[in-house]
Amino acid sequence: MSAQRLLAMAFKEALQIWRDPRSLAIALLLPLIQMVLLGYGTSLDIKRVPLCIFDQERSQLSRALAERFVASGWFSAVRDLGSNRAVRDAMDHGTCLAAVTIPVDFSRVFAATGKVSFQTVFDATDANTTNIAIGYAQGVIAQASAEFRTRWAGMNGVSPSPIGTVDYQPRVWFNEGLDSRNFIVPGVVAVILALIGAQLTSLAISREWERGTMEQLISTPVTPLEVMLGKLIPYFLIGAFDAAFCLVTAIFWFQVPFRGDLATLLCATALFTFVVLGIGYMISVWIRSQLGASQVALLLTMTPVTMLSGYTFAIDQMPAPIQAISLLVYARYYVTMLRAVFLKGTGFSDLLLPFGALVLYAGVIAFVAAHAFRKRLA
Amino acid sequence: MLQRLRAMMMKEFLELRRDKWAMFRLIAPLMVQMIIYGYAATFTVNHVTTAVLDLDQSRASRSLISHFEATGRFDIVDVARTQEQVVRDINAGRATLAIVIHAGFARKLDNGQSAPLQVVVDGTNSNTALIALGYANQIVAQFQSEETERAWSVSVGAAPQDIEVSLQERPWFNAGLEDRWFFIPGVIGTLTLVQIVNLTSFAVVREREIGTLEQIMVSPITRVEFILGKTLPFFLIGLVDVALVTTVGILWFHVPFVGSPLTMALGASLFLAAALGMGLLMSTFSRTQQQAFALNFFLINPFFILSGFAFPIASMPTILQFFTLINPLRYFLVVIRAVFLKGVGAAVVFPELMSMAALGIVMLGLSVLRFRKYLD
Repeated sequence: MSAQRLLAMAFKEALQIWRDPRSLAIALLLPLIQMVLLGYGTSLDIKRVPLCIFDQERSQLSRALAERFVASGWFSAVRDLGSNRAVRDAMDHGTCLAAVTIPVDFSRVFAATGKVSFQTVFDATDANTTNIAIGYAQGVIAQASAEFRTRWAGMNGVSPSPIGTVDYQPRVWFNEGLDSRNFIVPGVVAVILALIGAQLTSLAISREWERGTMEQLISTPVTPLEVMLGKLIPYFLIGAFDAAFCLVTAIFWFQVPFRGDLATLLCATALFTFVVLGIGYMISVWIRSQLGASQVALLLTMTPVTMLSGYTFAIDQMPAPIQAISLLVYARYYVTMLRAVFLKGTGFSDLLLPFGALVLYAGVIAFVAAHAFRKRLA
Repeated sequence: MLQRLRAMMMKEFLELRRDKWAMFRLIAPLMVQMIIYGYAATFTVNHVTTAVLDLDQSRASRSLISHFEATGRFDIVDVARTQEQVVRDINAGRATLAIVIHAGFARKLDNGQSAPLQVVVDGTNSNTALIALGYANQIVAQFQSEETERAWSVSVGAAPQDIEVSLQERPWFNAGLEDRWFFIPGVIGTLTLVQIVNLTSFAVVREREIGTLEQIMVSPITRVEFILGKTLPFFLIGLVDVALVTTVGILWFHVPFVGSPLTMALGASLFLAAALGMGLLMSTFSRTQQQAFALNFFLINPFFILSGFAFPIASMPTILQFFTLINPLRYFLVVIRAVFLKGVGAAVVFPELMSMAALGIVMLGLSVLRFRKYLD
């Protein structure tokens, strides 16, 4: 390997990038837009569940119960309904996510037996949101229950309970406010980098084939490894700029707590940038047509990275074979490292496993890409 | 006109057929992705790794812990002896949740005092943490009411009427709260969008770069015929795609399909028209295939994320909610989920269908207009 040839190759590639300002602008500007769109768009927080109320009794007690829902801050009352038919319609149209029906004999039954129940219908199309909403509703009911118990005990002159209450104290660590942004934004950085990387390099070689400049390149004394590294250097600079930008935005704009050390973060990021560029390069060596290369890049990067990296969907909840496949998704290691460094402040020594996996990935890519390139020429 | 259109379409199909990998590339990855992502997309929270520290070692504390075990939602991975051990478990990610019962728990309960129960959760994955805490809350409530009843029966001989307000939850449309039922329709829409926009965004640029665009332009074909001839084959491919992945969703993943196939077909057609319009428009903005590719990559991802596929649109800031209005996938997901799970007719999803139709007309129209400039 000669430094001179390597530099010449890198210079040629940089010139080519420079002469296509539209592509360069896309590579530099779109991460900006993506970071903002995805940073804001990926919230899983369910702040206020839209609620409809069908109060058949309209008594003081039934109103008190209905008010508990709104007062909890977890529900917002969108509409009062007048019939079961209206409940069905509201559900079909998605007007509300939950509908409370309070029966007509609610306070009479309560006075007589102390035991009342009422029905709440949920639109469970989105099972996750429904799960969270049911949790909220149960919280409301637990509170109301305690209140009603005291009320009933007062009415009947007995002690409300013979034993003490369990004082449930949940403590959340690392992400104290359970803010989904802190969980997802580090993953967004990984997704954006993976996309840029593949997009930057996956046409690097197929373009030369399609334009017929490949023969010229081959006729020069440059070696396959020099071609690869030379082509990657300018893209690495672009990728590094994008990465730095995304990380700065995550920390200062979205205010994701950063508790780890910068050196670990930079090492991980540089390694990951090299891997994503390498993947794109490998694809472009394999596939001659630009359309084909783009399809394969899309197939191998965008959806796997979004679905199997663990950035939204927890890998440990997937079936075992899918978990095994996710081991191949390089982004999962970076997502793991980013989250640990950001939220937990984990140091380098506890991240050897994901680091090792990425190093292995980088080695295999370099080997395969150089090898495939040689074969293609033969 | 029909004849020229047919000739144009014939040329497109011939090009597809000549590429012997094309059919394979169009179908195989789609099916594989459908199966993998159908399994991968889940927010289910089961088998939460749990560490337990029981410093009370009483009947009550053991009973509380067995309540956690009995639900099957929590897997006890470590029975700790010290507070430090619990901290280490959570820090190292060995346990997501820790239950800490302090000494004197049972005594305090019996004396009618409040007995603290500490539940520590790793909040890194906020969604898992939130749902796990919800389950823990329910378990504690259950434990409390059982202990109360037990205490009544010891002191009075029989429990008086249990005073409580209870919630009967009825999850409609998805009684088992299977989140796969929510995601599979989403995967169908997403995969179709990615495939179709990718194909169309290259359609015109490729001819231009290879140099065959000039040849077509000297033929008597008109702009509209050219665009229709380019898009109709993709439209047909898209319909086949939707049919294939929907079949996988129904037969493989057993997602119930309670609505009418007709509404589904109508929704899919309008969605495809809008997606094709999007791809073509992107095509007219690119001079080289590389540009088309970059645009494709960068636009598809936001369209995918900001569609309500996984992240509820209602949780987005207002400005982004406006942005989702130009996203055909957003409407298609509403239609496809409604048809699959709710079984509602076209009348209920009429606004969504109309929005997709409008998007399709606007985007296809814009591409025809821009196409003239593009040729100059």
